[in-house]
Amino acid sequence: MNSWRDKLIYIILVGSASTSILIVVLIFVFLGKEAFSFIWDPGFSELWHTKWIPVSFKKEIFGILPLMTGTLLVTALATLLMIPFGVLGAIYVAELASDSERQILKPFIEILAGVPSVVIGFFGLVVLSPIIKHLFGLNTGLTALTGAILLAFMAIPTVLTVSEDAIQSVPRAFREASLALGANQLQTIFRIIVPAALPGIIAAIMLGVGRVIGETMAVLMVTGNAAKITLNPFDSVRTMTATIAAEMGEVAFGSHHYQALFWIGIFLLIMTFLLNLMAQRVLRKYQMR
Amino acid sequence: MVNNVKTKLASEHVDFFYGSNQALFDIQMKIPENSVTALIGPSGCGKSTFLRMFNRMNDIIPGTHHTGRILFEDDDIYSANTDVVKLRQQVGMVFQKSNPFPKSIFDNITYGPNIHGLKNKKKLEEIVEKSLKGAALWDEVKDRLHESAMGLSGGQQQRLCIARALAVEPQVLLMDEPASALDPKSTAHIEELIGELREKYTIMIVTHNMQQAARVSDYTAFFYEGNLIEQGETTQIFMNPHEQKTEDYVTGRFG
Amino acid sequence: MKKNHQSKVIIWALRLSTYFIVMVVGYLLFDIIVKGLPTISWSFIFDLPRHSGAEGGILPAIVGTIYLVLGSMIFALPLGMASAIYLSEYAFQGRFNRYVRLAIITLAGVPSVVFGLFGLGLFVLFFGFGASILSGSLTLAFMILPTIIVSSEEALQAVPKGLREGSLALGATMWQTVYKNVLPYALPGMFTGSILGIGRAAGETAPILLTVAAFFLPRLPNSIFDQVMALPYHLYVLATQHPDAQKVLPMQYGTALVLIVIVVFFNLTAIILRNHFRKKIQW
Repeated sequence: MNSWRDKLIYIILVGSASTSILIVVLIFVFLGKEAFSFIWDPGFSELWHTKWIPVSFKKEIFGILPLMTGTLLVTALATLLMIPFGVLGAIYVAELASDSERQILKPFIEILAGVPSVVIGFFGLVVLSPIIKHLFGLNTGLTALTGAILLAFMAIPTVLTVSEDAIQSVPRAFREASLALGANQLQTIFRIIVPAALPGIIAAIMLGVGRVIGETMAVLMVTGNAAKITLNPFDSVRTMTATIAAEMGEVAFGSHHYQALFWIGIFLLIMTFLLNLMAQRVLRKYQMR
Repeated sequence: MVNNVKTKLASEHVDFFYGSNQALFDIQMKIPENSVTALIGPSGCGKSTFLRMFNRMNDIIPGTHHTGRILFEDDDIYSANTDVVKLRQQVGMVFQKSNPFPKSIFDNITYGPNIHGLKNKKKLEEIVEKSLKGAALWDEVKDRLHESAMGLSGGQQQRLCIARALAVEPQVLLMDEPASALDPKSTAHIEELIGELREKYTIMIVTHNMQQAARVSDYTAFFYEGNLIEQGETTQIFMNPHEQKTEDYVTGRFG
Repeated sequence: MKKNHQSKVIIWALRLSTYFIVMVVGYLLFDIIVKGLPTISWSFIFDLPRHSGAEGGILPAIVGTIYLVLGSMIFALPLGMASAIYLSEYAFQGRFNRYVRLAIITLAGVPSVVFGLFGLGLFVLFFGFGASILSGSLTLAFMILPTIIVSSEEALQAVPKGLREGSLALGATMWQTVYKNVLPYALPGMFTGSILGIGRAAGETAPILLTVAAFFLPRLPNSIFDQVMALPYHLYVLATQHPDAQKVLPMQYGTALVLIVIVVFFNLTAIILRNHFRKKIQW
């Protein structure tokens, strides 16, 4: 009586679990499908120009290099900012904060993780960018640095919570052994616990970087969206994600511009996929999860 | 083991593997009907793994496999046409850590009959009383059948788990260190109960405690590092073991 | 013995960098609440927008966001819970299981704007749903699927192994065991995970940008094939696309406040529920 029902349910469950695989495959297929014909017309090499001029009276240029450097600059700056706050915060929350302190700190961090990126972008636009403008005497507050600060802020919850997990999974015995040898709390933290948790912390940073690369709305709103190759944090830049979000609404379906935007999507996908994969490898290797 | 008694369960050339780690090596054993057989040996010797083969509980552990046959009244329980669900109705199990469901005492007992399709309330009530009496728990809980089982003491919880197993009317009871987490008084209670149950059931019990094996079992099998070293009547194993390893173990030289 | 000065300085440095984050979050919430509250009124919530959002209310955006959240839940919740049940209760460590897990990790890392591209390619164009509630809901559903799977699985794993073994040993089938003896205790935790998913679905902009969101559409949708406005996109439009962004600043703050209230409400509920269940269920 029950056997056919159990089989049916099993099939439903397997089918559901397979959907995730199907979706991943479909993402690659449909990004590829829309982007594909760009390879021979106008040609794959057209993507490697140093200028992105998708709409022009003369010749349109789809060089994604300035977009890649834009993403690179913003990501590098954001990473520099998120590491100290995320990692030090994790050490403090995991090792030094009292229980009551932790109960206040953790909800704030979880709320931050939930604040929509468009709200953070809005906050950056109306609050942070004027500050940046006046502080550094710039013509505009819409710079790579502004975007990077917001992104760092958004990635901190990821870095902090994953690092905290890593720190907390360091065996108690390490801690006790160090303390029993007469090391003080800080010596124990920085010489024993942090080194032991380092793989997990590195994975946390990688996950944070993945988040930063993929983040769209906040950078779209505050980086000024100038597609140029620069390494100056006070310049306006345009990231890969922002380009897709800003321009996809206005292109003709199937045009070269449209296909070029899908290529940007493919590169983004590959970058974040590799980062995530590496982070998971690190986490699994050291059995932090 | 013994020839003049009917064999209920048997294992033939059983090897068992966790991944590539072999946990059991060519185990050959016969379990006589309506008797208590104790499996003893140091931790990690494979006795629990062996016990869990008889109701195919190892099936749910990922990455395991076995060779050889396990027979229940001459039927290979690992053959393709065995219904695992039916098998487990006939071969009940009591676990090391008592695991009452977080439901009422009544619902714990009726869980088994219920999933096997029995809905008649009167029948269910009869089963509850009979099973609880069978597990020597009735007098203690008859006034609070609808209270949560989690409120019972450790020893009561374990007897409830025995009652729960009895409610599906099995022929065999597998007990995996059923008293290891209990105080001496509760342990005595369980041992007494095992003595009564042997009249109607074939019992296999894994135990750490050699005195317990000596007290409750008719037959004893000694496992060491995945091998069945020696098996025989309990008195013989304890008084006059044939193997040096068995003697070392039962006299407490290691373990 | 006294702690030396050096350790005190270091501990304070750690403490300050942590509290700095909290202060910024606090300031962000404070700023939006203080500047957004004056805008909030009956008509702001329940009126249609006028003059491309410079006046009137944000009702269509609120309704649109609610539709999208509900729509994505209808797809993601059963799918996510069923996947979690499979992974936690049925799957042995086979190759298929590994692929499913890899897929979930991959999905969790896909940038939201790439989900937008995917939704555009598959639902809007290939299936011909057009830019619609259906396309947007499906896109969001697959974006939040990993969140739901991972937290549901965590809730299932928290149910002690003994309950499963006890049930199976009584001759219950796998599904009877799951249905009667695992799910009832895991469901609260599973729903908590899905609430986190709701919060994410309500706040995302990039995936709906390309699949559903309307720039300005001062009416309520009639069917699942309609476009809708949505709160996050509306905020983006007001803040960056409006010709007179300074003048509509109060509208921006008001919209931000409504959005953040919705999202934080879901997140806080999830956090509180989770802490409650973690405390209550002690095996």
